[in-house]
Amino acid sequence: MRLVRLVLARVAFYLFVTLVAAFFALPMLWLVLTPFNPRGTLAAEIPSPATMANFRLVFANAFAMRALLNSAILGIGAMLITTLVATLAAYALSRTDVPGLDFLIYALILFSSVVTGTAAMVPIFLLIFYLGLIDTLLGVILVFTGGLLPTAIFIMRDFVEGIPRSYEESALVSGATPRQMFQDVVAPLVQPGMMVVAIWAFVHVWGAFLIPFILLRSPTSMPASVAIYSFYTEAGTPIITLTSSYALLFALPVLVLYLLVNWRYGFRFFGGIKR
Amino acid sequence: MARIMLENVTRRFGLVIAVDNVSLPIIDGEFFALLGPSGCGKTTTLRLIAGLEVPTAGRVHIGDRDVTGLPPRERDVAMVFQDYALYPHMTILDNVGYPLKVRGVGRREIRERVGEVAGFLQIAELLERRPAQLSGGQQQRAAVARAVVHKPQVFLFDEPLSNLDAKLRLEARGFLKHLQHELGITTVYVTHDQAEALALADRIAIMNQGRIIQVGTPLEVYRRPQTTFVAGFIGNPPMNLVPCRLEVGVDTAHLVGTTFRLDLTSLRDRLALTLRDGEEVILGVRPEHLTFCGQGDSFAIPAETYAIQPLGAECVVILLVDSTTLSVRLFTGEPPQQTGRVWVGVNPERILVYRKSGELVLG
Amino acid sequence: MTGGAPILSRRTGFFFLLPSLGFVSLFILFPFVWVFYLSFTNQTLTGVTAIQSRLVGLANYHRLLDFETWMTSGQFGNALRISAQFVVGSALIGQALLGLAIAWAFYRWRGAFREIVYTLVILAWIIPDVVVAFTWMAFLDRDRGTLNAILQLLRLAPVDWLIQQPVLSIIIFNTWRGTAFSMLLFSSALATIPPSYLESAEVAGASGWQKFRDIILPLIRSHILTDIILITLWTFNTFTPFLITGGGPAFKSELVSIYTFRIAFQFFEFGRGGAIAVAMMLINLVLALTYLTILRRQGVRT
Repeated sequence: MRLVRLVLARVAFYLFVTLVAAFFALPMLWLVLTPFNPRGTLAAEIPSPATMANFRLVFANAFAMRALLNSAILGIGAMLITTLVATLAAYALSRTDVPGLDFLIYALILFSSVVTGTAAMVPIFLLIFYLGLIDTLLGVILVFTGGLLPTAIFIMRDFVEGIPRSYEESALVSGATPRQMFQDVVAPLVQPGMMVVAIWAFVHVWGAFLIPFILLRSPTSMPASVAIYSFYTEAGTPIITLTSSYALLFALPVLVLYLLVNWRYGFRFFGGIKR
Repeated sequence: MARIMLENVTRRFGLVIAVDNVSLPIIDGEFFALLGPSGCGKTTTLRLIAGLEVPTAGRVHIGDRDVTGLPPRERDVAMVFQDYALYPHMTILDNVGYPLKVRGVGRREIRERVGEVAGFLQIAELLERRPAQLSGGQQQRAAVARAVVHKPQVFLFDEPLSNLDAKLRLEARGFLKHLQHELGITTVYVTHDQAEALALADRIAIMNQGRIIQVGTPLEVYRRPQTTFVAGFIGNPPMNLVPCRLEVGVDTAHLVGTTFRLDLTSLRDRLALTLRDGEEVILGVRPEHLTFCGQGDSFAIPAETYAIQPLGAECVVILLVDSTTLSVRLFTGEPPQQTGRVWVGVNPERILVYRKSGELVLG
Repeated sequence: MTGGAPILSRRTGFFFLLPSLGFVSLFILFPFVWVFYLSFTNQTLTGVTAIQSRLVGLANYHRLLDFETWMTSGQFGNALRISAQFVVGSALIGQALLGLAIAWAFYRWRGAFREIVYTLVILAWIIPDVVVAFTWMAFLDRDRGTLNAILQLLRLAPVDWLIQQPVLSIIIFNTWRGTAFSMLLFSSALATIPPSYLESAEVAGASGWQKFRDIILPLIRSHILTDIILITLWTFNTFTPFLITGGGPAFKSELVSIYTFRIAFQFFEFGRGGAIAVAMMLINLVLALTYLTILRRQGVRT
């Protein structure tokens, strides 16, 4: 009786796991097959013969490549500013004795989840418009930095709190100036946290659609997430060969970063790392 | 090398008074221990000397300088932290050499001086490793090496042995005492372990609730604890403290408990000087000053054996007297033959008498 | 050790915080306040009212909440109803339940199988929006889509998913897209439960379901609450379904986020868009406050 139940439980487990795996894998099938298919199709069919021609098409398309560059500028720009500014703030929050700072950080998190890009698209558009930053990459970078900062500070503070104060105190007693203490002790210790925040910010901005869609309109400033909607025939149907290979190319950095994070840190969980 | 002077130093954290009006002269070259239970203010006192805390009131002097407002780097001190605080991203060489590096010493000289200290502390072959690759004892030595390397005026230790296991801790005690003796650098050592303080220090300050209760040599604080708090904190097992009542007659004196009556007539005049007839007092007597004796002895207390703990060289017997316990230490190591109802004798030369409020009046 | 002295002086600390405060004030606090003001004006992008907008009182709100028409297709009430279906279906039933089921299935199970499933679920979560939108449009295509191909293999009739079942389509899509968060949260919650708890229940003779109900569920209750509130918040604010259905056909899958976009950026009526944004932010605020209260209560307990 017990054996039968055990076998049944095993069977149910494998059935469930297989279904889950299928549910998550099947929609991705098209993405990995079609870019290598000479015929642009919405069906997930094994390409015969497999070809790199679609990618050559993308690489030859100056507009498409320019858009990827724009995405990279947005992602790296927001990543650098967010990481630097968040690290400074997180360190200050953890190492000064101003009362009520904990409350401040929770209030910030609260507000950043209330004033989301979706809810605040109107005032954000107008703000950037009046600042004269419409259709500039800088405008988008600034907006993303503002939006990502509270969560970035939150993640970063977790890291800083994990560093015993005695490291810094020992440096001070050893005779280090505050500047030396930062350079020699604090900076190397917070580095893993900065890496996590940087990757998180980059992935977030690289893939984002709505904010760049509203704020950037000219073909020279469009990032890939917006430019991908330009590959249509005159009849108004998407050019699938181009679109699919471009989509895969666009997803590639994220996949590489995922592998990197998984290999370097293990995909650990930092309190709501992605929104 | 320098003396340290704390003058009426107070440190408040909000409403909490961590250090309460502490004045303390620490003599040049001595090994000074700050002893007390956790939260008594001993670590804060140490950090005030280091410059990691700023006093709310009072002054701190090191040598001939008033260092009260100075940052740690201008005090020429070195500190070993409870968790050692060895930087995980640096090799032991870089860790130990760090105080030299920030003082602008060249790489060659750093290597030389670190090598010297490392040889002395027997960690010479570990210099290329990272802290995580060292055992607890080795880490402790590396932390000490980092403190020694720039020959500071003052050594500060914050419970440096509490992360070691019992056996290593005994070993490290000997090594620290030897080291301090060799270098002769003024040392302030914080611990909550009374045995450690007694074993290491030239002088001990016992702290409680931010105040200094008593300062003295290990023998002084062991033999004449100024308050019942010190008496109960020092010694293992600690001093027996038995509440009783004093009866002073014209030429007699007795300590009266619920089940006993000790004849202290020989001390009558000294007792009558400070205490009233009928006053509630506390009798203090070390476990080693109690002996088993026959019934009817005038210095005997009737008791019930509760537990017997043979420890090899000695034997500790716990007795019940009414509702309080008494510890007896027997140096023979042999457990007592008699159990159940027994009598213990008190040596009147060795007893201490405290007021009910805790301060010593006789002893 | 009481408190400890600050390593950073208040002055330096303030300078360290300054850039963050600037960004947050400008791009979070200011828009929040401004949108309230905007919602009382007739501001537009072009035309006379772009330069000379004026206060119009509650007119935008009246239009939004005109109870005669607000539930009709393409109106605010309709969008609210679809958003509610979307949140309940994809966040609460989809992501939370599926995430919990996967985490529980792989509790005490390491190895390649777990790696494969976790990787697939996480990839679905981190691939850029537009990429998953294209793959899902292909997946759900009526004539050549993978889903209909599978249905045909099973001898079932094909469905024109995006036309006939737009809401169901985006619910399934969003479940696929966001389950990773719940799965990871629950996995790390389960990892903190000592195996001895379950072993002692096994010794007492509890079945798998009993163990789950009597031991696991009570222990991860606070995680479940956290998860539900966060994914509700995020699902309510997501814009990605727009990339698949565009809110159509005929506003049938128009979520509040898509409705805001249409009013503000297709009609360029910023005043009216502001009023919707205010409504959205108030809903967000309620969710966030609930979350904070739960966090605080947890903080008190530990």
